[in-house]
Amino acid sequence: MKTLIAVLTVLSVIIAFWYAACLPMNIKGVLTEAERAGAEVTPAGAKERRDLGEFGLVLDNSFAIPATWAQDRPRLPAPHQVAQELWKTTGAMVLKGKMMSKRSLFYHGWVTLSATLLGFAIGTGLGILLAVGIVHSRVMDMSVMPWAIVSQTIPIIALAPMIIVVLYSIGVQGILPKAIISAYLSFFPVVVGMVKGLRSPDGMQLDLLRTYNASTNQGFWKLRLPASMPYLFASLKIGIAASLVGAIVGELPTGAVAGLGARLLGGSYYGQTVQIWSALFAAAILAACLVALLGLIERSVLKRMGMGA
Amino acid sequence: MNIETTTQADATKAVVEARNLDLVFPTNDGPVQALKDVNLTINKGDFVSFIGPSGCGKTTFLRVMAALEQPTGGEITVNGMSPDEARRQRAYGYVFQASGLYPWRNIARNIKLPLEIMGYSKAEQDKRVNEVLELVELSGFGGKYPWQLSGGMQQRASIARALAFDADILLMDEPFGALDEIVRDHLNEQLLKLWARTNKTIGFVTHSIPEAVYLSTKIVVMSPRPGRITDVIESPLPKERPLDIRDSPEFIEIAHRVREGLRAGHSDD
Repeated sequence: MKTLIAVLTVLSVIIAFWYAACLPMNIKGVLTEAERAGAEVTPAGAKERRDLGEFGLVLDNSFAIPATWAQDRPRLPAPHQVAQELWKTTGAMVLKGKMMSKRSLFYHGWVTLSATLLGFAIGTGLGILLAVGIVHSRVMDMSVMPWAIVSQTIPIIALAPMIIVVLYSIGVQGILPKAIISAYLSFFPVVVGMVKGLRSPDGMQLDLLRTYNASTNQGFWKLRLPASMPYLFASLKIGIAASLVGAIVGELPTGAVAGLGARLLGGSYYGQTVQIWSALFAAAILAACLVALLGLIERSVLKRMGMGA
Repeated sequence: MNIETTTQADATKAVVEARNLDLVFPTNDGPVQALKDVNLTINKGDFVSFIGPSGCGKTTFLRVMAALEQPTGGEITVNGMSPDEARRQRAYGYVFQASGLYPWRNIARNIKLPLEIMGYSKAEQDKRVNEVLELVELSGFGGKYPWQLSGGMQQRASIARALAFDADILLMDEPFGALDEIVRDHLNEQLLKLWARTNKTIGFVTHSIPEAVYLSTKIVVMSPRPGRITDVIESPLPKERPLDIRDSPEFIEIAHRVREGLRAGHSDD
C-alpha cells in the first residue's frame, strides 16, 4: 500500500510537470491562433511577441491556458491528448473491428514487433554461439571480442542505411534488413552476459569435473550452461529492448510506410506531434511488455531449475 | 616363491608412494617451494591426515595425488601408476572445503552427476544414490535442493557424491573446516563409521589437532617454507573409536606429539 502511494505520487508529479511544461511550450502558437480568431492578446502582433519570455506571455494571457492543452498540432501535446490518440488508434479500432487497419497502432506495432522478434532470435542465437566459441577458444577470445566491442561504438543510425542499401543491392528486402539491424544491437549484451555466465563456475567446480575425468562437452552441458542461465536472462532483457530500438531505427531510413518507426517518421513530416508521442508511448509500452514477459519466463525457468528460492 | 608373494602383496598394499617429491610454483615474487623432498607411503585402507599451518603444502600434496597439480621433481605413483593415469581411471573421490553442490540439481541429481559422466545406467544410478544417501544418513533428502539443507548436511551430500562411484581413494580437503565444533564432532564420528564400512583409503587435510588424532591411522605433520613433512605418526589407537577416546592418555600423548611437531616446524623460520 505504502509503495503504491509512493509510485502514484511520482507518477502524478511527472504528469503535473508535463501539463505545466505545455504552457510555455505552446503559448506562442495558441496566441497566434487566438489573435487570428479575433481575441484580445497582450501584446498584439506575433512579431511583438516573438522575443518575449514564454512565462510572461502565459501570465499576461491567462485566458489562453486551456487552449495550450488542446491544440491540433502543439509543440508539446498534453498527456490526455496523447492518451486519446493512443486510444483512438488502438482500443477504438478494435471496437470498430478494424484492429489491423493501416491506422491502427496494433498493425504498426505488429510490423515492428515481428522484425524485433526475428532480430532478437538471430541476435540471441549468434550471441550464444559467439560466447561458446570465446569461452572455449583463446584465439576467438582474442579475435572476436574486440570486434564485438568496436561494433557497438558505431552509431546504429549511421550504419542502418548502409545495411539496408547493401542488402537491397543483393536482393534482400522486407523484414530481414530490419531484423538484421535489430540483431546487430541485441547480440552484444548476449555475448557479454553469456561469456561471463559460462565462465562463472569457479576453479573448485572445474577441478571436481577433472577428478571425474569429464570431457569438455560434459563440462559444458552439465556445468557451464546451467550455471550461465541467470546471466543469460539478464542479457536477454537488455537484448530485447535493444532489438526493438534496432527495428524502429531500421524503419527510419527506408521511408517505410508501416511500423512504429514509420509512424514516428510520418508524424515528423507532417508536424503531427500527437502522433509522434503516441508512437513513442506505444514503443515504450511494447518494450515494457517484452521485458516483463522475459521476466516471467526467467522466473519459471529458474524455479524449475531449483534456483528460484 | 614365498618371498615373491610377500613382495607382491606389499606392492599392492601401497596405494600411494611419493619419493623425493618437489613442487615449485612460479609466482610474481619469484618461485615458491610448495613441496620439498616429500617421501610418503600410504597403504590400502589407511586413514591419513595431513596437518600443518597454512602454506605447508598439505592441500598441494593432496592435489598432486589427484593430478590437479604437476610435481616439478621426484616421483609419485598411485595404484602403481601415475596420478594422471589414476585420474583417468577415476580412482579418486574428492571432497572440497565447500560442498560445491549444483544449486540447479536436487541432492539425488547432484549425487548422480559423476555417475552420469561415467556412463552408469539409470537403474544403477538410482540404486547407488539410495545406497550412499543411506551411508551418510541423508535418506529421504534426495528430492531437496542444496539451499534447503544445513551446511553440515550439504557437506555430507558432497561426501555421498564422492562415494557414489567406485573410487577406492577418498581425498578430503578440510571438508569440515567451515562447520561448527558440534556438527564437526558428529560428522567425524560418522566419517569413521563410513570408513570402516567402505574400507576406502582416505587422505584428509585438516587444521585441527584433535580431528587429525581422532580420525587417523597415520598423521603426517607438515611445516611451511619450504613445504615439507616434519613427522609421520602411526596411531596406536584402536580402529573402533568412540568420541570419549579423546580423553584417554594415549590420545593426549599423540596430540602432544603432533603439537610438538608443529612447533618444531615453526621454530625453523
